[in-house]
Order: sequence, then structure tokens, then C-alpha cells
Amino acid sequence: MSDDLSILAIETSCDETAAAVVRNGREVLSNVIYTQIALHTEYGGVVPEIASRKHVEKINPVVRQALADAGMELKDVDVIAVTYGPGLVGPLLVGVNCAKAIAWAAGKPLVGVHHISGHISANYIEHPDLEPPYMCLVVSGGHTHLVEVTGYGEYRIIARTRDDAAGEAFDKVARAIGLGYPGGPKIDKAAREGDAHAIDFPKGKVRDSEYDFSFSGLKSAVLNHLNSCKMQGIEVNTADIAASFQRSVVEVLCERSMEVFDNSDMDKFALAGGVASNTALRDALTDALSARGAKLYVPSPVYCTDNAAMIGAAAYYEYTAGVRHGYDLNAVPNLSL
Amino acid sequence: MKICAIDSSGLTAAVAIVEDDITIAEYSIQTGLTHSQTLLPLLDEVKSRIDLDISTIDAYAVAAGPGSFTGLRIGIATVKGLGIALDRPVAAVPTLEALAYNLYGSGDIVCPIMDARRSQVYTGIYEFNPGLKLIMGQTAESFEDLCGQLNEMNRRVIFTGDGVPVFAGQMQEYLTCPYSIAPAHMSRQRAASLAALAEVYLRGEADGLEGCVTTADGLTPVYLRQSQAERVRQEAGGGA
Repeated sequence: MSDDLSILAIETSCDETAAAVVRNGREVLSNVIYTQIALHTEYGGVVPEIASRKHVEKINPVVRQALADAGMELKDVDVIAVTYGPGLVGPLLVGVNCAKAIAWAAGKPLVGVHHISGHISANYIEHPDLEPPYMCLVVSGGHTHLVEVTGYGEYRIIARTRDDAAGEAFDKVARAIGLGYPGGPKIDKAAREGDAHAIDFPKGKVRDSEYDFSFSGLKSAVLNHLNSCKMQGIEVNTADIAASFQRSVVEVLCERSMEVFDNSDMDKFALAGGVASNTALRDALTDALSARGAKLYVPSPVYCTDNAAMIGAAAYYEYTAGVRHGYDLNAVPNLSL
Repeated sequence: MKICAIDSSGLTAAVAIVEDDITIAEYSIQTGLTHSQTLLPLLDEVKSRIDLDISTIDAYAVAAGPGSFTGLRIGIATVKGLGIALDRPVAAVPTLEALAYNLYGSGDIVCPIMDARRSQVYTGIYEFNPGLKLIMGQTAESFEDLCGQLNEMNRRVIFTGDGVPVFAGQMQEYLTCPYSIAPAHMSRQRAASLAALAEVYLRGEADGLEGCVTTADGLTPVYLRQSQAERVRQEAGGGA
């Protein structure tokens, strides 16, 4: 009948093989995620070659499941979308080349999507009232960005991390205190048993920038603390370290976000990315925003981790704005927003 | 039978459409661009040049490995995507068999070599009698070891593949058997050779060879090597 637009989206930028069907950018008809976390846990982090091999194995079953869950055949889909960066090049190439071949053989238009644009657009899925402009904090294993979303798919970066991403700091600290991979959820859990004020870790600042983030100093402070405990024969309290480290990260993210928010003419604030699942961060931002009479937009955890529904959401607005990619679309590991 | 063949296992990006012993189209290029940028545009160019109706493709053929890990995955992910749009049988042909098939009918034994880095080659040893026969299945080994095996056979051998320029010096040093080098039109992966050998597989006449006929979903690259992380972990005495 219809002006409805259904998009088959594929995401393989890191260690999740994901496919989804999304209608009109906001309605998720299916969302299939095969996570490789268990595979990488024994290596203490994502091994790109192992991830790439697993993507090859899983890509077709995941795509077919996404179509089946949506009750669709490929012919019912209007557009093929795929994450083409940023991310790990080997994993990205699997999704990009599979998506291109589907688009070519089925005669469907192809839209390449920026992974971070996907994370931000995850907010559209469950918040029908959310429309640009708004401010968004994107925090994940690879990114820490404060972004003004000026329009659909239009971004102005206000602040970014100068070294480690927030999620990366979580992973490194989790490894150092023996919690293992992935660090985000493990520290979040351990922190609930600990005293967030037990240790006063520094809050990273960047000298020549008002808003940019730095997390490598904080990570070093945790490592130094562990060393000095060891040298003095003091038993380390893992829960206290997790809670104190997390407090430092959350306070920096929250304070900086509110400074930027207060100085902008935006009245809506969204959170996105894997670290958006962190309960302390969600709570702190919810409180800070409600004190300002504003509401925090944040996706459900399943749309915070890497998934393809968010890529389908972002692709809808790219597609309707006229974006099409050619069959020479390549993976771009350091693609800028 | 119309076969759509794709090889991105090495430096050459190659595609072909072969139907009933006739090469309808064959493209091979070696550029500085990645296969991700060239492979599908080549196929698209073939499609428009021969006015290919994609739905008339009966089977896919792909160089399943060994080769560049990334290159293999680009070709294989492409075939997997094609299979989602149009499910057809896939001949997963060993890269080295397809390379050897460039020299169909040779009286010499045929030895394809690909540079596998870490001073090794991906190689195999083949002969024609009259079809392709295996003397030694594909493997990764040092070029010196390969030369030892060839010297023991003491037959005329012809080399092909992108390992030739890399190991030309060592051939002189290690080989005591007579040998020659395949000329340019036979010296790299060719999708028409791949398709022709794929047809042997699809007819069920590939006894003794190392590839298989599978589906797009079941298609698996043959890396012949673990990832570096797995290797390091195993050498350190970690798990399997």
C-alpha cells in the first residue's frame, strides 16, 4: 500500500554479528544479535582476526533470522544498510561485503552508516517524541563524544576524548583488578558492593580545552593505587576500587555534559553507546537533568550495545535525505562523524 | 550451467561468468585498491557488459583459500551475500587447485606458490591425467622444504602464483630438478580457471580433490593457519 520503508541493516564493526529489519526508522521488526564476547573473554579483549572469522561464520544465519523474525523475505525489504566505520577493519569488511552483494543481487539501494550515528539514532526507536535538535553523550568502548545533533544525521562534535574512550578505561581497569572482560558491566556490578568514596581518584582534565575528556590519567591512578597497595602489603578491595573509579568517570561525564548543556540552547539530552547501559551514569544524568527540568533520553540496554536496529534507524534518515552508496563502498576503520 | 566465479584470495581481483565451457566474461585486475573497492564493481561491470540476468546464475564458485585472510573474507562474504539474494550451490574451490588449473593439460607437474609470509608458501603439487590430480594437497610450508619434495620427485615442474617473484632466487639455490615459470596469462588467479574447475566439482567429478560443493551459508574459508592470538596462546601452553 504504502509509503512505509523497510530497511535490512547489518552491523559487524566489533564483536557482535547483528542484523535487523526496521520500518520507517523507528519501528523495529526484528533485531538479531550474535555476541562473540565469550570467545574473546579468554584473551582479555577483542582479537580482530578471531572476530573476523566468527563474523564470516555467523553473518548469513543472523541475516536470515532477522528476515524470518520480521516475517519478511528479502523482496519485501526496500533498502540494505550496513555499518562501514568506524571499527575494526576485518570485522567491518565482512558486513560491508555481504551487504553490498545482497544489494547488488537483489537490486536494492545501499546505504552505508556511521557506527556512532547508529548509536545516537538508537534513541529514536523507543522515543517517538525525540527529534533534533538535542545534545547527546556517546560513550562506548571506542568513543566518548559530546555531540550536538543539529538534524537527522547531522552532528557537531563539542567534546571528545583525547586518549582512552570511557569504555576502554572500564575494560583496562577491570582487567587490572581481575574482573575480566567486558569491563563495563563487571565494574558496574562490583561497584554496587563498594564504597564510591573509599579512594579519591583524579578527574581527568585537558589543559587546552574546556570540554574534552581524558581517561588515561585515571587509569594510571588506579594502576598506581594497586601497585602501592601491593608494595605496602595492603589487601586490595576490588569493590571499593570499582566504585571509586566508576564515580570518577561518571562525575566527569556528567559534570562536563551539564556544563555543555547549560551553555547551549538545547532543551533535550540523550545518552548513547555501550556505556549508556551503566546504571550509575544513567542515574547521575537523570538526576542532573531533572534538576534542570529536562528528561534523559536513553535507549534500552539491548539498543545500547552494538546492534543493527540502530543502524536501520540511522539509515532511514540517511536514505530519505538521498544518501546512496556505490558497490565500491569500503570499510573505513577511522571514519569521522 | 552458468557459473559466477569470484577470486580475491591474492593480489588479483578476478570475476568471471562461464557457461557450458564458454567464458562469457572474465575480468582480472591488479591495482593498489582493496578487493572491497574493486570486486563488486567488476561484477557489476560484467553484468552490464553481457546484460546478465542475475537470476539465470546456476552456481557460484569461489576461491575458498588459502590466501590473504582479509582477501578471502571479502570474496566469501560477497558470495554469502549473493546467496541470501539468490540461493545457489557454491563450489568452494581450493585456491591452489584453481591456480594449477590455469595450466590444464600440462605434462609437467604444476606447483602453485603463494607468499604466505613468515618465510612460508601456500602450495600444493598437482598433475594432469587428464583432469587435475593431486600429488600433494595444499599446505603452508617453507619454500626450502617444498624444493626438497620436488627434488625427490625429480620431474619437470612448472611454477605459478604470486609467490614466484618472491622465491625466484631460492629456486636457483635449492632446486635440482628442471623447472620453469608460468607466463603472465597463467601466473595469477583467474576466475575463468576457477569456474572451469568449479564445474568439475558441480558435476560431482572432483574425486580426490580437496574442495567441496556447499551452500552460501555453509561456505567456510580455508585459512590453513590459526590466528596469531590463538597460536601465541597455544605456544604459551594455554587452551586448545
